[in-house]
Amino acid sequence: MDIPFNVKERPDTGLYNGKLGIWFFLASEVMLFGGLFSAYIFLRNGVDNWPAGTDYLDVPLATLNTLFLISSSVTMVMSWASLKLNDFNKYKFYTLITLLFAFGFLVIKYFEYSAKFSHHYYPSTNNFLGIYFTMTGLHVLHIIGGILVIGYFYGPGSKMWNSDPERFTNRVEIVGLYWHFVDLVWIFLFPVLYLL
Amino acid sequence: MTPEEVKHHVKTYVLVFVALAFLTIVTVAISYIDLGVKGGIALGLFVASIKASLVACYFMHLLDEKATIYWTLIATAISFLILIFLPVGAFLAQARVY
Amino acid sequence: MSEGHHKQSFWSKYIWSTDHKVIGIQYGITSLVWLLFGFALMAIMRYQLAYPGSPVPIVGSLLGEGGILPSEMYNSLGAMHGTIMIFLGVVPLAFGAFGNYLVPLQIGAIDMAFPKLNAASYWTYFLGSVIMVTGFFVPGGAANSGWTSYPPLANTATMGQTVWLLGMVMLITSSLLGSVNILVTVIQLRTDGMTWMKLPIFVWTQFITAFLLLLAFPPLEAAGILQLMDRLVNTSFFMPSGLVVSGEVLQNAGGGSPLLWQHLFWFLAHPEVYVLILPAFGIVTEVIANNTRKPIKGYNSLVYAMVFLGFMSFIVWAHHMYLTGMGTTIGAFFQTTTMIISIPSVVILTALLLSLWGGSIRFNTPMLFALGFLPMFGIGGLTGLPLGLAAADIHLHDTYYVIGHFHYVVAPGTIFALFAGIYYWFPKLTGKRTNETLGKLHFFSSFICMNGVFMPMFVTGLAGVSRRLWDGGESYAHAAGVFQLNELMSISAWLLGVAQLFFIINMVISLRSKKTGESNPWSATTIDWTDTTSPPLGHGNFDKVPTVYHGPYEYSVPGSKKDFLPQSQKG
Repeated sequence: MDIPFNVKERPDTGLYNGKLGIWFFLASEVMLFGGLFSAYIFLRNGVDNWPAGTDYLDVPLATLNTLFLISSSVTMVMSWASLKLNDFNKYKFYTLITLLFAFGFLVIKYFEYSAKFSHHYYPSTNNFLGIYFTMTGLHVLHIIGGILVIGYFYGPGSKMWNSDPERFTNRVEIVGLYWHFVDLVWIFLFPVLYLL
Repeated sequence: MTPEEVKHHVKTYVLVFVALAFLTIVTVAISYIDLGVKGGIALGLFVASIKASLVACYFMHLLDEKATIYWTLIATAISFLILIFLPVGAFLAQARVY
Repeated sequence: MSEGHHKQSFWSKYIWSTDHKVIGIQYGITSLVWLLFGFALMAIMRYQLAYPGSPVPIVGSLLGEGGILPSEMYNSLGAMHGTIMIFLGVVPLAFGAFGNYLVPLQIGAIDMAFPKLNAASYWTYFLGSVIMVTGFFVPGGAANSGWTSYPPLANTATMGQTVWLLGMVMLITSSLLGSVNILVTVIQLRTDGMTWMKLPIFVWTQFITAFLLLLAFPPLEAAGILQLMDRLVNTSFFMPSGLVVSGEVLQNAGGGSPLLWQHLFWFLAHPEVYVLILPAFGIVTEVIANNTRKPIKGYNSLVYAMVFLGFMSFIVWAHHMYLTGMGTTIGAFFQTTTMIISIPSVVILTALLLSLWGGSIRFNTPMLFALGFLPMFGIGGLTGLPLGLAAADIHLHDTYYVIGHFHYVVAPGTIFALFAGIYYWFPKLTGKRTNETLGKLHFFSSFICMNGVFMPMFVTGLAGVSRRLWDGGESYAHAAGVFQLNELMSISAWLLGVAQLFFIINMVISLRSKKTGESNPWSATTIDWTDTTSPPLGHGNFDKVPTVYHGPYEYSVPGSKKDFLPQSQKG
């Protein structure tokens, strides 16, 4: 008993179910991070002495992190493209690079956070740091989630390539869309928190 | 998407990556220019929006996407803008005694 | 995927099932239990309101010294009653239960688009609801800062508030998973011929509700995260500078804003009230069409009004915040949008009322509840108008008038519609019929008692009695003239509880009765009735997936042999 349009697109919408589903999920994520951005704007407008990002944060490290995420985004779309071109080995290669860049991001974040704590800069120190830790923290949780799912599709989940390649390709496309969204959030977080 | 279309897109992905890397450097560079708070925010968000559009249009294939997705994103964008602007707008328009 | 039907274990068939019908029933049973529990909390509160300071019978030993309800616990019962009724009761029943069970059937689908995700959304709800209720067992008791959890009070409250926040995060997650499922299912899995304007109104309401939940809930999740940060790691997102609590200056950075919480909270909580009412509109429409034996008047108007209502619901929220010191311009903006949003509600109510005209009305139990819904929702809606006008709201805000208003829309409003739905679809789920006498007793006793509880609230509210007062206003001079109404309201509430026994007994008797073997006892037109396998419904839902040829309410078509034309039959 198969659910229709799981793999083949429905003619009038031109979409398969998972693609529509992930876009709806991303819509809710826009509103989730939107709530935090709204809080940031509200809090910043409420006080006169909002610190500059550079007072507390390491711009070069974060720039490197931005480049890591952008790179992971391009390798992610390349891994999907490889499946479309029937090259499973290339898929594994690009997916591994994606995971490495993602881990790189986490490692830099770890150094960033430890540096803050060693200077006694905590979320409770002031609202700038509070919103910084909350927004980047939630973003980090999303990175970890992405790593888990991409890792699953690199490893045990990749068996589906043998039984149902089209469905597997779709799944990789879907997780890719999620991953690009995580990159998108950072594209806004970086200037807002670090540079403004 | 056919394999031929995908091969063509691969070239685009690389170009977009280069553009994104370049714009990242630009973002950091312009942060050193003193444009005042409002100017800085406007310019920073403008560059970020260009980067975001590149990721959305090319990596997320939004340029080739279907109407249903566009309508969903329009509805989301409207709610997002309401969420961003109305609360702080209400706060700034607060009743003041002095 | 294997075509054969292997024998499933009890656990995979009934507990971890991914079948939308089983999941719908799981949501239904769980939410009905929570509705009863939330009701019981209120029944205890109402004893204190009627007889302040008196020992509460039966449960007194659980409460406090001498069996008297202490004020902090009164506050907990109040906050938890609201939270449980809305998030553990009504929404899971209206959206999780009715939506999951019926949407695939009404659109001709064999299941929801993502069955495993569906199961995940139910178990997340179950877990979230259990977490929520464990608040009663932590030191300091359950959350006691209102279901609205305003800072700074909620920020400085006891552990129960943290439990509330964690529960909410899980419940919101469950809701988001469910919304994605309904949206994709309705867009992608409609059967051949089921175009958008041939959908039953019930499906439209579930679709719009899913959109509201998808976009409005996440900001509350964000706010919840911020409040958890404030409580657990001492951030000051919602805490202004210089706060003194119990004589001690708070040791935090300050600079935050309680208003920020209110904006983020009401950004969800206003669309939430439309989440509470839209499924009810959907159910009432189905029941009225069926029991008037005529098409619904104004199908297109209903759809456009509901879509417009959904959109407008995002820009009215600050009418809950008129008294926070907002400027006149912004107040006028929200007042205008609030007045405008009353228009689609009136269009919908009018369409439903006009649908009765010239109908061949059958006064069975579902129809009685649907008919009762109409004036009750009317009263609820009308009493919303003075609240929506900023000037009048100065007097009415945070009084019992507000409580009367929203209970009219949700209690003899939505909950009546949900009862109508349960009685109406019971034969489809079980193949059995409910007892009409018990059903009518349930309706008439509930109708009278509902009005007994909530009508006097307009009187006490106008007199100025504030909400959330542990003594019901006994110590306030302006409440002196109306205080005696508390006892009337409490007795009505307890009788309302007794009246639900008619429902519970009816359910038990009916479930144990013999199957009638009928698949469409109401002679309905929608494909959930006409084309599904004989109840109780099995794997795959349909013997043969139907094609749809026309609209959903083709009753009394001129020249037709029967007084109804199924959607799946060429006419």
